[in-house]
Amino acid sequence: MIETLTQPWPWYVAGTIIGLIVPTLLILGNRHFGISANLRHMCAACFPSNIPFFKYDWKKESWNLFFIGGILVGGIISTQYLNSPDPVVIHPDLAKDLTQFGITDFSGLVPVQLFSFDQLFTVRGLIMMVGGGFLVGFGTRYAGGCTSGHAIMGLSDLQWPSLVATICFMIGGFLMTNLILPYILAL
Amino acid sequence: MKQKETDFEVRSLDTMCVNESELVHPWWYNFKYAAVGVIFGIVFIKAEIISWFRIQEMFKLQSFHMYGVIGTAVVVGAISVFLIKKLKIKTIHGEEITFTNKKFNKGQVYGGLIFGLGWAITGACPGPLFAQLGSGSLAVIVVIASAIAGTWVYGKFRDQLPH
Repeated sequence: MIETLTQPWPWYVAGTIIGLIVPTLLILGNRHFGISANLRHMCAACFPSNIPFFKYDWKKESWNLFFIGGILVGGIISTQYLNSPDPVVIHPDLAKDLTQFGITDFSGLVPVQLFSFDQLFTVRGLIMMVGGGFLVGFGTRYAGGCTSGHAIMGLSDLQWPSLVATICFMIGGFLMTNLILPYILAL
Repeated sequence: MKQKETDFEVRSLDTMCVNESELVHPWWYNFKYAAVGVIFGIVFIKAEIISWFRIQEMFKLQSFHMYGVIGTAVVVGAISVFLIKKLKIKTIHGEEITFTNKKFNKGQVYGGLIFGLGWAITGACPGPLFAQLGSGSLAVIVVIASAIAGTWVYGKFRDQLPH
């Protein structure tokens, strides 16, 4: 049992469990699956700064903060107790591309050669960590949701604006990875 | 409230308050959502959804993995939502489960593109960021802080942005 759990889980298992989170949250308390609104709640809780967008009763949405707290704990649990002994398998073409940019350590889920405190003092690291994070926070709120709120919850409820948002997420991602990121990685 | 009328992000556009419950529960009831989050976090790690490399493979069409995960999740989610509506399933507290239609605005295009760019750089959407932090990549706290700052800047300037 534990051996099965420590192996990387196939996509259909992960997809099914994530899909089931949608009805679970609805049945537990009519909560709509979504993550990025938490960033707004954190602003509302910590830095409302008299901005109308952040003046609402964030405490009513505190379930969402508990939810991401759980995600954090889930990350700790699986890393501590369900860790796979095998290295992460990476597509050979991706490995080849990344090696050109000096990224050779594929051992973790998050590449330490790009995302670490040391990297903050490099132009590349600064752009990727601070710039990338900023785009995620700004873009998700501007779009009114992220992969969970739009791509999974919105599409599950057959909302066409969510389909528009999801297609735009993908276009943005394709543009970045294939056209822009090579220049950033070369820095 | 006057403010509501000028609010572009009407209730339907966001998870924010679309599902306000009439019932008042003690705060620790929220731990049930934390429990769901724990499962979600474990799946994130074990299916390598939070892997920066998996996201690059997705956008380079080198792997079916992420498409499989998101596609399956949508199919399972859609069947569940359909059944909940069809069978008028109620919450465990006997409340009605409600859905609000999302309204289109240009933010879904502009914001969507901007988020897509960020997603491919960081290799993470907001959920995985927290799982990455949990998995021991402490430097991701910088990415999260910057994402919060991005949300704040959006809130500050949203009146000037096209919607």
